[in-house]
Amino acid sequence: MSTALLDKAPASEAPPEDRKPRRNITPWVLLLPGLLWLILFFLIPILTSVSASVQTGNFDDGFKLTWHWANYADAIKPYWRQYLHSGIFSVATTVLCLALGYPVAYFIAFKGGKWKSLLMALVIVPSFTSFLIRTIAWKTILADNGFVVRVLNDLHILGVTRRLGITVGTHVLASPGAVVCGMVYNFLPFMILPLYTSLEKIDPRLLEAGNDLYCGTFQTWRRITLPLSMPGVIGGTLLTFIPAIGDYINAQLLGNANTGVVGQSIENLFLRKTDGYPVGSAMSVIMMVGTLVLVMLYIRKAGTEDLI
Amino acid sequence: MATQTASPAPISPAPIAKAPLKIRRRSPLAWIGDHILLAATVVIFIFMLLPNAVILVMSFNQPIGKYDYTWNQFSTEAWAHPCANQELCSSMGLSLEIGLIATLVSTALGTMIAFAMVRHRFKARSGINALLFLPMAAPEVVMGATLTALFFNTIGPGSLGFWTITIAHVMFCLSYVVVTIKSRLAGMDPTLERAAQDLYATPTQTFMKVTLPLVAPGIAAAALLAFALSIDDYIITAFTAGQRTTFPMYIFGSVQRSYPAQINVIGSIMLIGTMVIIAVSTVLGRMRATRR
Repeated sequence: MSTALLDKAPASEAPPEDRKPRRNITPWVLLLPGLLWLILFFLIPILTSVSASVQTGNFDDGFKLTWHWANYADAIKPYWRQYLHSGIFSVATTVLCLALGYPVAYFIAFKGGKWKSLLMALVIVPSFTSFLIRTIAWKTILADNGFVVRVLNDLHILGVTRRLGITVGTHVLASPGAVVCGMVYNFLPFMILPLYTSLEKIDPRLLEAGNDLYCGTFQTWRRITLPLSMPGVIGGTLLTFIPAIGDYINAQLLGNANTGVVGQSIENLFLRKTDGYPVGSAMSVIMMVGTLVLVMLYIRKAGTEDLI
Repeated sequence: MATQTASPAPISPAPIAKAPLKIRRRSPLAWIGDHILLAATVVIFIFMLLPNAVILVMSFNQPIGKYDYTWNQFSTEAWAHPCANQELCSSMGLSLEIGLIATLVSTALGTMIAFAMVRHRFKARSGINALLFLPMAAPEVVMGATLTALFFNTIGPGSLGFWTITIAHVMFCLSYVVVTIKSRLAGMDPTLERAAQDLYATPTQTFMKVTLPLVAPGIAAAALLAFALSIDDYIITAFTAGQRTTFPMYIFGSVQRSYPAQINVIGSIMLIGTMVIIAVSTVLGRMRATRR
């Protein structure tokens, strides 16, 4: 180890609790480059964006810190629809992913037998093709002259969903329903993986014991399987909800002009408007704080600490 | 905050042999339930796999007009000339280049962090855990936007490009690398290293001959994950890219311009390639296992 590296390591912070204090410098040498990277390119940007969110100015003259709190009003009032959409889409996606993912994970864990690993591979393998190409493939599947739309029309399901505001006209594409469909499709593996991990750990003898004690299948599930799979449910819902709330790819590719989400607005403000960057920063701050508060509350409530 | 103990998660007790469920008299209701479960699983698997099938089919399509969205007629044109569109393949090249650099850097930095976290005691542990957790909990669009804001403020909008994309990719891959390698390290039997030391191996020898081979699968998995994350990222890349166009950005943009069948060809190659790699590594692993 070079002395230069040793000098950089904050030796004062190394706790003297170990018998050999010299060894305590090693972890800092190992940690330093990676942590610096995260501090420089993750933490500091988040903090500076708080300052950016109260700046005013434009591209030509530059931006100045003027404590312009009105940026926050500008980041909320005209965009309340986008916040609403982001919220509805991400919650609907999480709920649907749980509803679809649980039976699949349950089936693979308990009925998969020797096919377990193959079935789990089938869950993951699609993710190795670019998710954008796979999302755009839904344009083909849900096309107006396609099989899905024809069946849904013949069964008069589209009439119902239209009245519920899920689809528009006789189409499925370019509707809130298509956006949620794409999001569920994209995030379903993130739900299945943690669910499967926790279901797979359950000793089948516990379920047998339930049966022996005259628990029905449903009772066994509710009283034994479900409580034991809660870590998977919590992990899966977080892994689905967090990317879903920031996602705007599905809204952009499968939605219409009335399905705008916060992500799209932030991107527009940053990349397509010349002076939108303070308001865009304000929206990012709102989104970051909102997501963190929701996640923290959820983790607190669910009481898991070993997420990482 | 409760102070976390430095010791890794306890290794699960000796695996209890999972007894197969005994065949028992079952109610017809359970039979129906089982078959509903089976049917639901099949339908959901179709839902998950359908887009890949569509990509494969549409790669053999000769589209009418600019968009390869509706089936017209069979053609191998796109497979014969996958790089008919220059920009498509150059964007793929850029993505591969960034993916490789980001994978190397993030795997190296992440391995170091994982070793420090699992093998050493130090203060500020929960703070570091939080710093590692936050990038996974922050919405991508927030990370992209705030990082771009920083680049705007420091090096100016004109300097966005290859290196800013790579920096961003290393940043968001790092946490996933750490988590993957940490779980491998925590599940490792510490007595093996103690045994090596008892047999007079130097720390370097212990590390090279015992620790590294044992952690290697975790590092490989982490590197693969980082590569997959990097090559597939759109949102953060779009913010930090400036004038450059990576493969995901090219696809995203082509929805507005034209969507050639070649995109589906590349999508199919990615899928088939991954499946071949997985199949080969599984077979190799089994062969090695039987040889022992």
